[in-house]
Amino acid sequence: MKSPVITIDGNEATASVAHRLSEVIAIYPITPSSAMGEFSDEWSAKGRKNLWGTVPAVIEMQSEGGAAGAVHGALQTGALTTTFTASQGLLLMIPNMYKIAGELTSTVFHVAARAIAAHALSIYGDHQDVMACRQTGWALFSSGSVQEAHDFAAIAQMATLKSRVPFLHFFDGFRTSHEVTKIVQLTDDDLRALIDEDLIRAHRARALSPEHPVLRGTAQNPDVYFQMRETVNPFYEVTPAITQEAMDKFAQVTGRHYNLFDYFGHPEAERVVVIMGSGGETAEETVMHLAAKGEKVGAVRVRLYRPFPGDYFLKALPKSVKSIAVLDRTKEPGASGEPLYLDVVNALVEGHRPNVKVIGGRYGLSSKEFTPAMVKAALDELSKPEPKTHFTVGIVDDVSHTSLDVDASFSIEHEETVRCVFFGLGSDGTVGANKNSIKIIGEETENYAQGYFYYDSKKSGTVTMSHLRFGPKSIRAPYLIEANQASFVACHQFNFLERVNMLKYAKTGGTFLLNSMFGPEEIWENLPVEVQRDIIEKKLKFFVINGYEVAEKTGMGGRMNTIMQTAFFAISGVLPREQAIAEIKHAIEKTYGKRGEAVVKMNFDAVDATVENLHEVKVPAAVTATVTRRPPVPAEAPEFVREVLGQIIDADGDNIPVSAFPVDGTFPTGTTQWEKRNLALDIPVWEADLCIQCGKCVMVCPHAVIRHKVYDKALLANKPATFKAMDSKFKEFPGMAYTVQVAPEDCTGCTLCVEVCPAKDKTQAGRKALNMVPQPALRESEAKNWDFFMEIPDLDRKLINPSTIKNSQLLRPLFEFSGACAGCGETPYVKLVSQLFGDRAIVANATGCSSIYGGNLPTTPWAVDAKGRGPAWSNSLFEDNAEFGLGMRLTVDKQSEYAHELVAGFEKELGADLVKAILGADQSNEAGIEAQRERVEAIKAKLAKSSDSRAKDLLSLADNLVKKSVWIIGGDGWAYDIGYGGLDHVLASGRNINILVLDTEVYSNTGGQASKSTPRAAVAKFAMGGKGLPKKDLGLIAMSYGYVYVARVAMGANDQQTLRAFLEAEAYDGPSLIIAYSHCIAHGYDMAHGLEQQKLAVQSGHWPMYRYDPRLAEKGQNPLLIESKEPTIPVSQYAYNETRYKMLTQIDEARAEQLMKEAQHDATSRWTLYQQMAAMHYENGSEKKEN
Amino acid sequence: MTNLSTTYLGLNLKNPLVASASPLSKKVEHAKQLEEAGISAIVMYSLFEEQIIHESLELDHYLTRGSNANAESLSYFPESETYSLGPDKYLDQVTALKKNLSIPVIGSLNGVSSGGWTRYARLIQDAGADALELNLYYVTTDPSLTSQDLETAQVELVAEVSSAIKIPLAVKLSPYITCLPNFAHRIVKAGAKGLVLFNRFYQPDFDVDELEIVHSLDLSTSAELRLPLRWVSILHGKLQADLAITSGVHTATDVVKSMMSGARVAMLASALLQNGSQMVPGLLGDVQEWMKAHDYESIQQMQGSMSQQSVAEPAAFERANYMKVLGSYRNLP
Repeated sequence: MKSPVITIDGNEATASVAHRLSEVIAIYPITPSSAMGEFSDEWSAKGRKNLWGTVPAVIEMQSEGGAAGAVHGALQTGALTTTFTASQGLLLMIPNMYKIAGELTSTVFHVAARAIAAHALSIYGDHQDVMACRQTGWALFSSGSVQEAHDFAAIAQMATLKSRVPFLHFFDGFRTSHEVTKIVQLTDDDLRALIDEDLIRAHRARALSPEHPVLRGTAQNPDVYFQMRETVNPFYEVTPAITQEAMDKFAQVTGRHYNLFDYFGHPEAERVVVIMGSGGETAEETVMHLAAKGEKVGAVRVRLYRPFPGDYFLKALPKSVKSIAVLDRTKEPGASGEPLYLDVVNALVEGHRPNVKVIGGRYGLSSKEFTPAMVKAALDELSKPEPKTHFTVGIVDDVSHTSLDVDASFSIEHEETVRCVFFGLGSDGTVGANKNSIKIIGEETENYAQGYFYYDSKKSGTVTMSHLRFGPKSIRAPYLIEANQASFVACHQFNFLERVNMLKYAKTGGTFLLNSMFGPEEIWENLPVEVQRDIIEKKLKFFVINGYEVAEKTGMGGRMNTIMQTAFFAISGVLPREQAIAEIKHAIEKTYGKRGEAVVKMNFDAVDATVENLHEVKVPAAVTATVTRRPPVPAEAPEFVREVLGQIIDADGDNIPVSAFPVDGTFPTGTTQWEKRNLALDIPVWEADLCIQCGKCVMVCPHAVIRHKVYDKALLANKPATFKAMDSKFKEFPGMAYTVQVAPEDCTGCTLCVEVCPAKDKTQAGRKALNMVPQPALRESEAKNWDFFMEIPDLDRKLINPSTIKNSQLLRPLFEFSGACAGCGETPYVKLVSQLFGDRAIVANATGCSSIYGGNLPTTPWAVDAKGRGPAWSNSLFEDNAEFGLGMRLTVDKQSEYAHELVAGFEKELGADLVKAILGADQSNEAGIEAQRERVEAIKAKLAKSSDSRAKDLLSLADNLVKKSVWIIGGDGWAYDIGYGGLDHVLASGRNINILVLDTEVYSNTGGQASKSTPRAAVAKFAMGGKGLPKKDLGLIAMSYGYVYVARVAMGANDQQTLRAFLEAEAYDGPSLIIAYSHCIAHGYDMAHGLEQQKLAVQSGHWPMYRYDPRLAEKGQNPLLIESKEPTIPVSQYAYNETRYKMLTQIDEARAEQLMKEAQHDATSRWTLYQQMAAMHYENGSEKKEN
Repeated sequence: MTNLSTTYLGLNLKNPLVASASPLSKKVEHAKQLEEAGISAIVMYSLFEEQIIHESLELDHYLTRGSNANAESLSYFPESETYSLGPDKYLDQVTALKKNLSIPVIGSLNGVSSGGWTRYARLIQDAGADALELNLYYVTTDPSLTSQDLETAQVELVAEVSSAIKIPLAVKLSPYITCLPNFAHRIVKAGAKGLVLFNRFYQPDFDVDELEIVHSLDLSTSAELRLPLRWVSILHGKLQADLAITSGVHTATDVVKSMMSGARVAMLASALLQNGSQMVPGLLGDVQEWMKAHDYESIQQMQGSMSQQSVAEPAAFERANYMKVLGSYRNLP
């Protein structure tokens, strides 16, 4: 029987085998491997069985370290066990990996190989993580394509069961894990034929059991440890042969034959590259192309990297080879070469092939493109008389001069292959539609098909690129479609034309499809110069469709997916039009049918309406436009922003040379102000006649794009014509002017400001002091107004008492214009920290949403004030953030202490009064802090010329005499799960740190996996059937220390309570924990209602608000102040506004009902408990229960 | 022994007390209690046109929103194999009620436009409903829409639904119809076997502090019986359709009045929501008491006895009635 053909990505291809071959799966989300765990969890939740007819047990752990521990335990007790991970996650598994290998335990870990966080985090693919495991005793087994990932998942299992050596099966993160392509599926029968069940039983027989007890994991002394470490050698010696044997058996069953090292190319090759992973596909295709032209070149693809079987390598290498370029997708700074290079050198030495010249090169770090031209560059280098022995390829290294020149025009793409590039907006469904298209082409035609998708790192207004290839020949091109190669380019959003150079991808004679509100007659005059020029010069066929109108009429809203997909099929001719439409409709039914027929109908309507709205444009002979594309950043931006960040924004970061970058990952702050993303269709417009100057809009704005200022009226003399102002109503600032201003090109149009605005027109209740108005007509004038507004000086912080909302919001946000989701529930809290304490704050940020919108290039939102002060920010890891922040506090405290000690010794030079003032400074308010800053300046002035080394020390530390505020910020995944141990320890330390937990009750950044904060009855990934257990009460745990300040806040429910909590937490000279309700896109409702939903969370008792202030206990008062009223609505009334809860009623109503009942009980009993705690009598700092 | 039995939509009912569309039919256990208490038929809660369409679109929107937009979070929710949306659940509930009750179960559809959603009429029938009630709920806000156009659209909807099913169809009407008898006539001609008077509109209220519209549910009182009473009296005998009164039926007197006006059944919702099913035996007892005291042998005997056709002064239901009320007011001491 012919094996089924499926079109899937590498993660699904791998998980589909792993799930069928496992009994226990312990998981933890980490990009880009999360989907493997998600698939496994989903399949088990739906009852999908493994090869032996039982559903694998899947459990989410608190970290990868935890997953590895659980795996170790499951293996020791005999289960077929696996896990999936990447990057830092794999590093956390290393301790257990030594144990698992040391105990000769059969298992396979599947790794979507990813870069390691060094100077910066990167979610993209390379081999740094797996190379960090090469010493653990695991077999490292590399697959290079989706088909191979699927196949090797099975071969690895075969080999580990036989060899007892654990296998780490890895493939390139994103490039393979996320590439969608057509593969031949391994059926259950195939797997049964491959797996030797006697070996499984042998694995079980070695397990721990009280029926035949043994002891494993002893402690050993110098006398025997060494010898025992050597006992395993024979197992490693036979592992390569066992693996090859498994590959041979696999070939018998499936017809697909692999070897430990596969050689491709000229049989008498002289120049060869050695490579593993997806780059091997590129290398293979390139050498075959060159060899066909007679070039004596070849490529060795490495499958089994550990144990490294040098003899097999030498056997695979043609005798004719004179020189080898070993390509490593990793970096080992300071090593004499990268690991694969060293292994090859060693194999040649030990194999007595001294005449072969070997050079080593790095390529493809963090998914850097690796193309045929780069393979050729490496081969060409071997032809040079003095090749670079250690090189890089794919970058321009003008510092160490390691990089090879690459001929960008070299391409080996098959003529028959159709290449298409689609530009879409994250929210318009372009990627989803293209995934569907690939499936249609892959499964409904004889064509091969490949899809790969690229996203920028913003969470709102993301630009997506879809690269699709299809054609009659097998597609082995794991790299993006290059410039001048695409026969079809589609732009799904008209406004991209002003900022994205998309037609560089189009080849001469290709087709350009544009979604445009302008028809075929008007479009030409509305194109920028560059677009017109490319269309003419490249002789493009040009089509327009008014997808916006079709979407509007058919109810699709902002989703262009179905419309543009239909237009693509209609133009491209990949299928006859009628068949294409039938297939699209079939795919729609398959994808959306379960969501109800209205969805299907809406999409069908869109398909039907598309073709009649699709028009070919008659292209004029000459460029007529005068408008050009906008520069990525304005000319007045600082040089680094212009020259480096601007080029990244312009999607040309690949061409920035090494010398342009900082050497240690350090970047200037305040750069988002230069990246004008112009996302909002509507922006708020201020109506001064209604405004009560409450500042609520400023406080809730997630992107700091709406601000208010009180200022000298004289400044209005030069105001732009449309700039609005009114008299200040602040009693502290009489006679001054007041303005609320919006940044029109930074606003995301989320409407939270309008929602929160309490000022309504008495004659027209729907009109508020802020109303949403279409942005385009306001863009230019409001941009000018914003610039003018920003030039108005901020009020002196000393004059502002921040204890009221309106006053606190006069403080300049030092966190602005982030890439967070429109309407984000986290960023208002982050921004508040920046306003209240930003000019003296150091921020430790856990990995997660807040580190991505807070620190992802090209531009970053942490900013500076007029004096150049602002938060200093850093991200260490996911798991260690509390400790990281504590370390910062320790430095601040120690250096402050030392500085104070030094000051005391300079009474003569500084004067007794100054010394006394510095040492006794009261810095409890802004005035005190400012006074201390002035004293520090005085010290600097007085000691500037001193040659005394202690004076120099004091000068280097004097800034620490000014009070610093250390903030530890992260999400619930960090605080409740992976970082909880550290968080607990840091709270227990008693040190003066401030911890802000942005509690979205789910892992938001990695796509909605359940955390221990996820409430009962909510659906999340890894909790498909609704979470069956209650949310962990982190605040209660923290309160149990008695000396931790704890606040639970929800800005939408009570902004004043939030403000008070932040001020108190910072003022408390000890550990403080603020748990902040953060509505999130992962909750599944319109985030415009986020604040209202926060209110309901509080009113229902799901989110009781309180402050627990240990200082009250010291005064003999109860430290717990509950600040929300007794619940007035049932939890269900709050919860069922959100898809995360509601969908369970649609999946399993009975369970939903039961869990909601229990969730109600959770809320009620928590309320009762808090009431009892708040009623306890305190006396002399100790608690006494009231009788 | 008084005979309480009646017929409605061709269904033989043991008494005229029918549970009107309300959340009480959402649980089998509650419906069973109604049956045990003596209710003779149940009109289920309504399946709304909006529910059929928008629940599906909403689910799709929120499951899709934000997906495939960020490399780390390609989706935010797990995808279930199937979703039991409102319509599916509704059909399941029809089946469950039929399985557990011996009294007739009348399905209820609420909508205004013709279209694909009306196929749910047949699905409700196939799920076992004994009859279907179609609730024509529409608040006109468009000044360009004429009553003629709206009524024609509603008549077409009735025709579309009635042609799709074999079980009897009742239509629940709004009181805000200019020429109710004519409209009722057209509805019956379009296929309705029964008319239910009237739909109660939940009127929005104002929060004057917040300047916002607020929605709350106010239960009916006996005073609200007057309106359907009048119109059933007027329509009785003029149409080939069974009439039902809903709105304001709380007491035995209300039931008796309903019957006398010409209604085949008196429907209760607010009374049941307020007092629970335990009020039904008392209510039935009171009706019997009243009949006994006034020598009525059967409900059918009194049905229509006070309709416009039957009373001595038919004009009492027309404009003269208004004059009389005003007059009686003036005559008060």
